[in-house]
Amino acid sequence: MIDALVLTILMTSVPLILAATGELVVERSGVLNLGLEGMMLMGAVSAFALTYVSGSLLVGLLAGIMSGCLTAAIFGFFVLGLATNQVATGLALTIFGTGLSGLIGSDFVGKAIEGLPTVFPETLSNMPFIGVFFALDAIAYLSIFISFLVWIFLFKSKYGLILRACGISHNSAHSLGYKVLTVRWCSILFGGMMAGLAGAYLPLMLTPHWSEGMTSGRGWIALALVVFASWMPSRIVYGAILFGAITIMQLAGQARGWTIPPQFLSSLPYIATIFVLVLISSKGTAKYLAPSDLTRPFISSK
Amino acid sequence: MKNNRFIIFAGLLAIIAAVFYFTTNVDQVEDKETKMKVAFVYLTNPGDHGWTYAHEVGRQQVQEHFGDKVETSYVENVPEGPDATRVIRELAQNGNDMIFTTSFGYMEPTLKVAKEFPNIKFDHITGYMRAENMATGNIRFYEGRYVQGVVAGLTTKSNKIGYVAAFPIPEVIQGINSFAQGLKSVNKNATISVVWANTWYDPVKEGDAAKVLIAEGADVLAQHTDSPAMLQTAEKAGVYGFGQSSDMHEFAPSAQLFASVNNWGPYYIAQIQKAMDGSWTTGEGPDHRAGNTWKGLSEDFLVLTDFKNMPSNVAKAAQEARDGIANGSINIFSGPMMDNEGNQILASGEVLDDGGLWAMNYYVDGVIGKIPN
Repeated sequence: MIDALVLTILMTSVPLILAATGELVVERSGVLNLGLEGMMLMGAVSAFALTYVSGSLLVGLLAGIMSGCLTAAIFGFFVLGLATNQVATGLALTIFGTGLSGLIGSDFVGKAIEGLPTVFPETLSNMPFIGVFFALDAIAYLSIFISFLVWIFLFKSKYGLILRACGISHNSAHSLGYKVLTVRWCSILFGGMMAGLAGAYLPLMLTPHWSEGMTSGRGWIALALVVFASWMPSRIVYGAILFGAITIMQLAGQARGWTIPPQFLSSLPYIATIFVLVLISSKGTAKYLAPSDLTRPFISSK
Repeated sequence: MKNNRFIIFAGLLAIIAAVFYFTTNVDQVEDKETKMKVAFVYLTNPGDHGWTYAHEVGRQQVQEHFGDKVETSYVENVPEGPDATRVIRELAQNGNDMIFTTSFGYMEPTLKVAKEFPNIKFDHITGYMRAENMATGNIRFYEGRYVQGVVAGLTTKSNKIGYVAAFPIPEVIQGINSFAQGLKSVNKNATISVVWANTWYDPVKEGDAAKVLIAEGADVLAQHTDSPAMLQTAEKAGVYGFGQSSDMHEFAPSAQLFASVNNWGPYYIAQIQKAMDGSWTTGEGPDHRAGNTWKGLSEDFLVLTDFKNMPSNVAKAAQEARDGIANGSINIFSGPMMDNEGNQILASGEVLDDGGLWAMNYYVDGVIGKIPN
């Protein structure tokens, strides 16, 4: 019983880890993309449609990643190419992605596919206590691995340092000869791919069908999670599992007849995020603060 | 410079939004005086399952039944609230003679527009507010849930039933209690655990709720939310469930025991026919009580799909329960009836009337927990 609950919590947190890790890289480079929800939906609908048409989960996954990337490219074109306001463009991207995914997906509503298989054989996943950690699918393990790689990249590599420099002070990075726009383009596209993969996880694994707006605000939770994690990759994993646990425990609590109002529990991720914001701003440790050039458009002076 | 770009960008977005908006008003061909124009307002894209789909089937039946005499149109994805008022008003201005608004949340918007257009007939689905030119229609959804309870009671081995519900409003509570009455009629030991999803439609959350209920030991699941996610989860976990609003067996061929299908077509056809004959009325008095239609299994407003994935004795019991409700020999809420805190609701021989059904704010005996406020 507990095993099944833990498994559900882990699976719920996978799309959050993926989307938030991608967004973390984007924000570390100094760009705020509020279009997560839109990119996730585009990833979800493409992944489902291509899986349904081709019958191959791999094709579907790649389609999800690519369409997340393409949607992010639209965002990149506006905020980097035209230096538009990032907040407004990001919000527009969410609306755009929601609408377009609904349009593309209208032919696929009500169709069902086979979901992703688990990686390990049942003998492993049926073991007591630790079995649950062998009961997941490939993307779940991949999400933890990517989060680890992002940490290595950001804090142990030269390129990560450049990326963070662009986020902290794009003018300084520019005067040192680094191509701020190129760095930001790369991180936006990476963020899009991760959001696409996160979106693809919903119709391929969690509920193997497509329905309009099926992310239901998970993109926004992932955005809150980046702040909650104070822009640190490892904390995204803990935070996502914590947010997942809150979501699942409020359902389990109801099934057991606990009397905590579910509305209160549903709002806990946001309350926790505000709490963390208060904590980090009172501590004032630079490492855990938002990149200082976040949302400021970079226009190179020629 | 930056501002200019932003304005151009915003302008482009507005154009795109306008194009999307106008393309959603499908089927609106130019006015012809001989035809009666009927419009439907939908909460979501009709798709091919669930609440709005059932209304779309009804609209198609209307079109088929009346042929050239009636011209139907619909607007989909209309959010409840101020947007609904705008859409309904536009439909009224566009020369529609009759407008069906198909979600509870359209109640006040419909009433507001109905008062502005006294010559147009409005019909609101599942609400309780009426006016001179605004009738209401509803289905006794809870009758199907009694049959679900009977099947669940005979199917469960763990004696734990999971129930994913949307919002604690009377319609949903009627469903839970009716299910419990059916369950208890065949199995005194089974209990119902209710999980409130606080949404009509969030497939991932509905799926999560189902997983949690299965983890808690439930082996038959019921739902009062709209997506097939719960049934898909049941299929995967090897437990059973019931389809919602429309047949969902394609999502769960070996898990769906049966589905209660909302059959709106006959109601729409009858109302439109009355409007043509001039016999459409909402009755006298401030509440226009006569303008309310609330029917269920007996009039085929609610239809049950074939009983599947169950042994023949269970299917037989289900059929008997269905027929009993339809012919009036089974009264779902009849005394003695207790709530789950031990208070007597109905004494022996008493029967709950419609007013009592709409005032339900308690769980009957057999349901675990408390209704959240």
